[in-house]
Amino acid sequence: MYLYDELDRTLVGERVAEFRGQVARRLSGELTEDEFKPLRLMNGVYLQLHAYMLRISIPYGTLSSAQLRMLAHVARRYDRGYGHFTTRQNIQYHWIKLEELPDAMADLASVGMHGMQTSGNVVRNITTDQWASVAPDEIEDPRIWAEVIRQHVTLHPEFSFMPRKFKIAVGSSRHDRAALRIHDMALQMHRNGAGETGFEVMVGGGLGRTAFIAKTIKPFLHKRDVLSYVEAVLRTYNQFGRRDNIYKARIKILVHELGAEAFAKEVETEWQSIKDGPLALDEEVIADIASRFRYPAYARLDDSPPELAEARRSDRRFDAWVGNSVAKHKVPGYAIVTLSLKPEGGTPGDVTAEQMDVIADLADRYSFGEIRVGHEQNLALPHVAQRDLPAVWRALDAIGVAIPNVNLITDIIACPGLDYCSLANARSIPIAQEITRRFRNLDLARDLGRLHINISGCINACGHHHVGHIGILGVEKNGEEFYQITLGGKADEHATLGTLIGPAVPYAQVADVVEDIAAAYIELRERPDELFIDTVKRTGVEPFRERVYAAR
Amino acid sequence: MTSPLQQKLKINGPVVVTANRLADGVVVYRGEGGWTTKLDGAAVTTSAAVAQELLAAAKADGLHAVDAYVAPVQVTEDGRVRPGNLRERIRSSGPTIDLPLHALRVKADHVPVR
Repeated sequence: MYLYDELDRTLVGERVAEFRGQVARRLSGELTEDEFKPLRLMNGVYLQLHAYMLRISIPYGTLSSAQLRMLAHVARRYDRGYGHFTTRQNIQYHWIKLEELPDAMADLASVGMHGMQTSGNVVRNITTDQWASVAPDEIEDPRIWAEVIRQHVTLHPEFSFMPRKFKIAVGSSRHDRAALRIHDMALQMHRNGAGETGFEVMVGGGLGRTAFIAKTIKPFLHKRDVLSYVEAVLRTYNQFGRRDNIYKARIKILVHELGAEAFAKEVETEWQSIKDGPLALDEEVIADIASRFRYPAYARLDDSPPELAEARRSDRRFDAWVGNSVAKHKVPGYAIVTLSLKPEGGTPGDVTAEQMDVIADLADRYSFGEIRVGHEQNLALPHVAQRDLPAVWRALDAIGVAIPNVNLITDIIACPGLDYCSLANARSIPIAQEITRRFRNLDLARDLGRLHINISGCINACGHHHVGHIGILGVEKNGEEFYQITLGGKADEHATLGTLIGPAVPYAQVADVVEDIAAAYIELRERPDELFIDTVKRTGVEPFRERVYAAR
Repeated sequence: MTSPLQQKLKINGPVVVTANRLADGVVVYRGEGGWTTKLDGAAVTTSAAVAQELLAAAKADGLHAVDAYVAPVQVTEDGRVRPGNLRERIRSSGPTIDLPLHALRVKADHVPVR
């Protein structure tokens, strides 16, 4: 849990005062929309179909209970009683009024939250594994490094007007839960032969109109050099990135056109000239930032307490939930609890103010006051004692966030789509909702196993459809909504782009198509525990294509 | 539905000028010398010249509404004005989905479109 210091609090407070003045001058007409728009974007304020949208940054997906309560308050007081968690670990409010924004921002500032750098051509929220600091396979807490970089790039004058947005992710586990390889830049922690920890640096990932998986340009970067190297990459991008064509302005295009090797050389040249300057990180600086992270005073507990086993034996629903939503913790006697925000017929990632308040209370009682937001649009309680699992489950079940469908076919990632977003071509949420209805049977969902569906309402790919096991992309043809279907994408350490299986299908048929794909998988799999994604890899998409298009 | 803000002015049927209210982002339509939240109160035209004028007046009124553009409508036999495509239906009536449970404050004139 990162603790803000005086500088952080002052900065956020001053930002609110500044924005309050800007809003007042816009409402009085002193500022035109052309003058005001870049200013509001710098605070994460968008104009969408029905209302303004406010995007609040949740650095590396970590929330305190006080912060979650404030998010609930904002939802209640300034919005329509709910918030939406995004694929970049942020939260969005979809019904905000401009005239009330300064007050909402002042409330958020009181708990250290803001919308800075959630929009515009700047470095955006730096994301990481939602299981940071508790995952058994982690080397070190990646959030410390996300914070080191965050402090440096926030309001950095040289990187406030880049060719386009820039998204960074940091990882430290063997298994990538943060989709590192679809980011503009990713840092993956490794241990080298000498036992030192450092970072593999990858650049040029990204989805959208032209999708790429990131390439490694630095196999091992020492911790001391993190800031100077990140600076060198940003400078190289700032210098060579295209500003003449918005569709070619991301770093992925630059890396692709130069080639990873040539790009790496440019970065190296820049880096050599700055690496021993003021950006070189000494141990004290790192330790100072690391010290602002507080870790729980875990109790000495045993794994598998008898009351847990007893509860699993006596309650089938609880047992199913433990088997699905509870993951191993690096500290004995503890567990990581995932809260599914994917109820049947619901909007993926939406949480009501009431739910947020209950989750905040549960965090205080059972998770040392901490909540995590995952890019897959679920939440987590990262520090739950195993003996508390029955009580936690009952409370989560009562508010509808204990559906045991995590990582299953109904655990869908979807962007807001045309129901909310002015960029969209088609709706995504009703598609997700219908799929959750078709696969409401948990036995069926469990039999299908791990299966990631990603839905985007336009080519901007906020739903990450390119890297879904099943990817669904909404397009518009002659005023009607159609959907392209891809198979075989992966977002993890084996990141792959999916393959289009055929012509786009109309809105009313998408759920049928998903049922056909699921049925084909069951027929084609070599054994019940061959994962969907492995079956697709083994057979290719042709048998699925045949099945889907045979009757269409 | 490419953002209408990037489209050239082409009139293929009846249109209105629409925007979002500055203070709260609510969808509004250009009527006689002002803005209305009711599509039935909007100035409808099939003339590109008139549409251009409405648009110019709308854009000049940046104090009250922003991001004005020309949107298609349908006019029914009994003279009622309806949104001309899915995007405008959604802007007019709200998201086509139920908002989360416990979200009590749904506007009275926002009827979900299925």
